[in-house]
Amino acid sequence: MALASAKGERGNAPFAPASTPAGPRSIVPRVSWVNQPLVIAGREFRSRLILGTGKFSSPEAMRDAIAASGAEMVTVALRRADLSGRHDPFANILEFIDPEKYLLLPNTSGAMNAAEAVRLARLAAAAGLPKWVKLEIHPDPRYLLPDPVETFAAAETLVREGFTVLPYINADPVLAKRLQEVGVATVMPLGAPIGSNRGVQTRDQIRIIIEQATVPVVVDAGLGAPSHAAEAMELGADAVLVNTAIAVASDPNRMAVAFKMAVEAGRAAFETGLATQLDTASATSPLTAFLNSPLAHD
Amino acid sequence: MSFVAEFERVPLAALVERARHADTAAVRRSLGQSSLSLVDFAQLISSAAAEQLEMLCRRSAALTRQRFGRVIRFFAPLYLSNECINNCRYCGFSRDNAIRRVTLSVEEVIREAQALRQQGFRNLLLVAGEHPKFVSNDYLATCIRALHPDWPSLSLEVAPMETAEYRPLVAAGAEGLVVYQETYDPEVYAAMHTAGPKRNFAWRLESPERAYAAGFRRLGISPLYGLADWQAEAISVAAHAQYLLRHCWKAQLTVSTVRLRPCAGEFPPPRPMSDRELVQLVCALRIFLPDVGLVLSTRETPKLRDGLIPLGITLISAGSHTEPGGYTGAGAANTHLTRSGRIIEASRHGATTPAEGTDATGQFVIADDRSPADVSEVVRRLGFEPVWKDWDTALAG
Repeated sequence: MALASAKGERGNAPFAPASTPAGPRSIVPRVSWVNQPLVIAGREFRSRLILGTGKFSSPEAMRDAIAASGAEMVTVALRRADLSGRHDPFANILEFIDPEKYLLLPNTSGAMNAAEAVRLARLAAAAGLPKWVKLEIHPDPRYLLPDPVETFAAAETLVREGFTVLPYINADPVLAKRLQEVGVATVMPLGAPIGSNRGVQTRDQIRIIIEQATVPVVVDAGLGAPSHAAEAMELGADAVLVNTAIAVASDPNRMAVAFKMAVEAGRAAFETGLATQLDTASATSPLTAFLNSPLAHD
Repeated sequence: MSFVAEFERVPLAALVERARHADTAAVRRSLGQSSLSLVDFAQLISSAAAEQLEMLCRRSAALTRQRFGRVIRFFAPLYLSNECINNCRYCGFSRDNAIRRVTLSVEEVIREAQALRQQGFRNLLLVAGEHPKFVSNDYLATCIRALHPDWPSLSLEVAPMETAEYRPLVAAGAEGLVVYQETYDPEVYAAMHTAGPKRNFAWRLESPERAYAAGFRRLGISPLYGLADWQAEAISVAAHAQYLLRHCWKAQLTVSTVRLRPCAGEFPPPRPMSDRELVQLVCALRIFLPDVGLVLSTRETPKLRDGLIPLGITLISAGSHTEPGGYTGAGAANTHLTRSGRIIEASRHGATTPAEGTDATGQFVIADDRSPADVSEVVRRLGFEPVWKDWDTALAG
């Protein structure tokens, strides 16, 4: 059991503290498994956890939580950033994200239609941000549910203009396929409304999206607990995006680590292959076991 | 159907009765609901609920953190003009008040805005009295166009207009509109607004809908607490918010929590609202409307503001001036003493501009005169990030 842990000993988990307590060397190997990397548009990521940057109590708290999460991709609402190139000290969220360490994924949150989203994406690219965009168009400010019609239209334009497009969508398998035909880099179906912490409410639809996907599937929004993230990963999601649950936690760093562990555990379980669920009990000592052992009269 | 028609069907008397006589069990039931009705809201503003204020505060604070995060947004009012043709008994700008009035030129407006920009503000609320001659729609559009390149977010608090009149203002770059109903009680409304076009209660009540039709994407509403029974006002504004959320579904809605403050004319609030009641109101609004922005102005004292910020408020002003030119002294040379539309004492053209400040009269006295930097420091200390920019000009039309 490579994943079995002997508590406190170094090497049982990838995030164990670097300092080893004195004592006998662990007989458990230092992580005998490594999850497959995530590849989006040809770029490789070791972490399958993507972080949102809103709702934190300070930019410093955001920066630390991102570091703790091990994420390699973070998304920032362009409406919070200064795109004028003036280095506005009152809109300096981007200065807290090291572009050497993280892929900065600008998002178009606030856009109500395709035209606004496209305009924001172009502005971000012109301001020197990566030509990647998390396409978010949610005209309804209460539930922030994505507008499929406008999202599709904006995706067509942005893909044509050479953007790597990661669209936030409702868990609609047909829309997901249509967007893949347009050439998006991922699809990002929601588990539940943004910030609702309700978990993977769209499980059955997400299962279909994953089954049919030709690009990575990122479950975005609504994941309120590490177990929700693990559930999405066990389903076969390629990554998850988390923001509220970490940002408003009483200790965001610790919660970030909890999500990191859950995502890794869920992915490992998926890659290993989960046991099939049965309606009836299945004894660990089967009644037919005797047939496999040498019978008395043989 | 407009809200005017729907408002008449709201069983206000029965709901107010609930607010007066709900018992503890009813309050607990309402607090336990995941989706609240107007009846639940009425019970949350009852005196039985007041006895459980701590519980309300906890629920409200938790909901606000979940929906809005650990951030507080900042905005600044910029008064363009205190000329007014209305007589509103509670307002310092009333036309019968003999006060020093002025309308800032576009250059002066920019000067004021630049001062606010230096303080950090990126979200501006342009405020003006109602005066078609001084505060014409063209004047407003010109001001907006001049500010638009430098201001990610521009909102207006001006006299209500027709949809067709709002449209050019949206096209110029304004994206928010605030219209306070002042009071949702038509009788009190009639008694308070003794002269001028503002006397039309229904016309004002429908303004947010017309603004939405014209393309405004942020709408702000509120009564001015202190004019009529606060519980009736709160139920009315809650019903109004509920209506707007359903009908103007793309708009971001904010609800303010403004209480009447001392002003020129020395009008004492006929139905004063206590600090405790204000806190209860903020919590009840949050629990009833989890996604609606709640606004707190500098009308309240530092102590109360600092206490309210973690409970449910999402948008605050700081260091505000309610007199045109208050931030830089702009327009000080042109103020004139006017009463009932007649200039009693002319402007002092050519006179030396005061070194700083203006003698134009403010709309009301502010109670928190701390600087924006000081207030943002307090916000940080309370565990929130002060957010100045949360919008981008690229998002406006």
